[in-house]
Amino acid sequence: MDKLADVLGSMFDFATTANLLGYDFVQQALLAAALLGLLAGAIGPLIISRQMSFAVHGTSELSLTGAAAALLAGIGVGFGAIVGSVVAAVLFGLLGTRARERDSVIAVVLSFGLGLSVLFLWLGPERAGSKFSLLTGQVVSVGNSGLAMLTAGTVIVLAVLAVIYRPLLFASADPEVALARGVPVRALAVVFAVLLGITAAFGVQIVGALLVLAVLITPAAAAAQLTADPVRSTVLAVVFAELAAVGGILLSLAPGVPVSTFVTTISFLIYLVCRVVGARRRKAGRARTATARPTPG
Amino acid sequence: MGAALTEPTDPNESPAVEPPDRSAPAQPATGAAARRAPRTPGDEVVPAVRLRGASLGFGERTLWEGLDLDIAPGEFVAVLGPNGSGKTSLLKVLLGQLALRAGTAEVAGAPARTGNADIGYIPQQKTIDAGVQLRGIDLVGLGVDGHRWGLGLRGRGERARRVAEAIAAVGAERYAHAPLELMSGGEQQRLRVAQALVGDPEVLLCDEPLLSLDLANQRLVAELIDRRRRSHGTAVVFVTHEINPILPLVDRVLYLVNGAFRVGTPDEVMTSEVLSELYRTEVDVLRVRGRLVVVGTGDSLDALGSAGAEHCHGEEPQSGVHA
Repeated sequence: MDKLADVLGSMFDFATTANLLGYDFVQQALLAAALLGLLAGAIGPLIISRQMSFAVHGTSELSLTGAAAALLAGIGVGFGAIVGSVVAAVLFGLLGTRARERDSVIAVVLSFGLGLSVLFLWLGPERAGSKFSLLTGQVVSVGNSGLAMLTAGTVIVLAVLAVIYRPLLFASADPEVALARGVPVRALAVVFAVLLGITAAFGVQIVGALLVLAVLITPAAAAAQLTADPVRSTVLAVVFAELAAVGGILLSLAPGVPVSTFVTTISFLIYLVCRVVGARRRKAGRARTATARPTPG
Repeated sequence: MGAALTEPTDPNESPAVEPPDRSAPAQPATGAAARRAPRTPGDEVVPAVRLRGASLGFGERTLWEGLDLDIAPGEFVAVLGPNGSGKTSLLKVLLGQLALRAGTAEVAGAPARTGNADIGYIPQQKTIDAGVQLRGIDLVGLGVDGHRWGLGLRGRGERARRVAEAIAAVGAERYAHAPLELMSGGEQQRLRVAQALVGDPEVLLCDEPLLSLDLANQRLVAELIDRRRRSHGTAVVFVTHEINPILPLVDRVLYLVNGAFRVGTPDEVMTSEVLSELYRTEVDVLRVRGRLVVVGTGDSLDALGSAGAEHCHGEEPQSGVHA
């Protein structure tokens, strides 16, 4: 209890926060969080419209399996995490666009993948500090090389997303007509899965596998409560994801509490507010369309 | 004036630049040109859809074979038949998604292929998932350029103009800016019509677009499609299990049953003799108050007079009609 009181007391200790902001590793962490927020906000609304939230969860957990396998093989953990989540995302992407078909298969693959990662960690080197950091995130250890990789990844993902955005939106929201118009729906599902896998792997390194949903899904879900305009909801999702990721790190600095706590709390609070506002708006909207509807006959 | 300097090289003025093949026999015009070009006598109109000796089947099973069909621009053809008779598969052939086993399929003078801009497509109303976050204008906008790569930042003004025009043509201005999930089925389906027509296609393929709509909205959507084909010469291929809502609009019927088919006007095809022959059992076609009632086929097409047997369970005494 005392610990919690300490946290509340020091959360707004701006002097300590300002002091910590002078350190390189803190600045790198903030930059990494900002990049993740940008990526998550851009890709989140598409995940929602493809009904892939559970696939994101599966993807991020399976990046853990990839990381554990990389640890065992002595390759870079970050690289292993990306490979793991991309493989998982492509697998889930190939399962079709209907959530009903995917749901149980994701659970099946996810549980097996986690079982494997337990095995890899047990087989692996004794002193593996990154074991738990992958579950809850270790943003302060991003480092310069990690930041360079994150920057490159962000640029690549955003560039590909810009090229495929319109057909992807078409295929996500309206797959039948998109197919009729010649949009390569299935190929786009795979490309999107790769982008999703890369994003989830970065998220795993910053906020941890358990909490990727808080950055990837919650901001986009909150934005969807407020608007059905795809452009506006993307902008809102980016803003919300930045608030959660960057804001979460800033607040966690002085108390020294794990970043994840604040990231999830902020994004959850944003979601709650949006939900209330959205429900009110929808009520008003329904009343409006009801009166505008032509009388039958 | 500057224009005078360029006059000698103006292609409209100088006979030297005229293409040498101008005097050659005119190529059969394709696409929108065929429709809008003034037709001189002797010019053949390119059919909107042309099937020659077309056969389709999966594995052992043959859906239909030897199908010859020309659909003229502006013609309204209803495709009828029991479930599994290959109605939707016919649309998929025209969309280039299914290959014929034999024969050829052409749309607006070119072989059927995917991504054909000459085709507009209207699916069933239920295909919009409840959770899809999109406004009406976004749905129609996807019909304009949803298949193109890139963000489409250029040409946004022109895009907005075309979307507004298509929405006005179906009378959906009042709710086009609302999210799709707040709309009724009829409103969604009117926007579907706008989405399909915004590209000004030669052929409109409709796959049960009236399914799960109430009678008033069925008539509204059918009339929108009918108006378009009369004003723009858009050919309509309309797959349905229920002909009555569109009976006054239909020029010809393609009736598919278990590998057999018949093409003709509704009066020619929708008779007891023809349907009995197609179903190889005794089928009665009755006219009741301007509606067709088909009795004895044993499938969902039966008892059309009850507004579609499929979604009226419990409202009409079905056992009495099936006899």
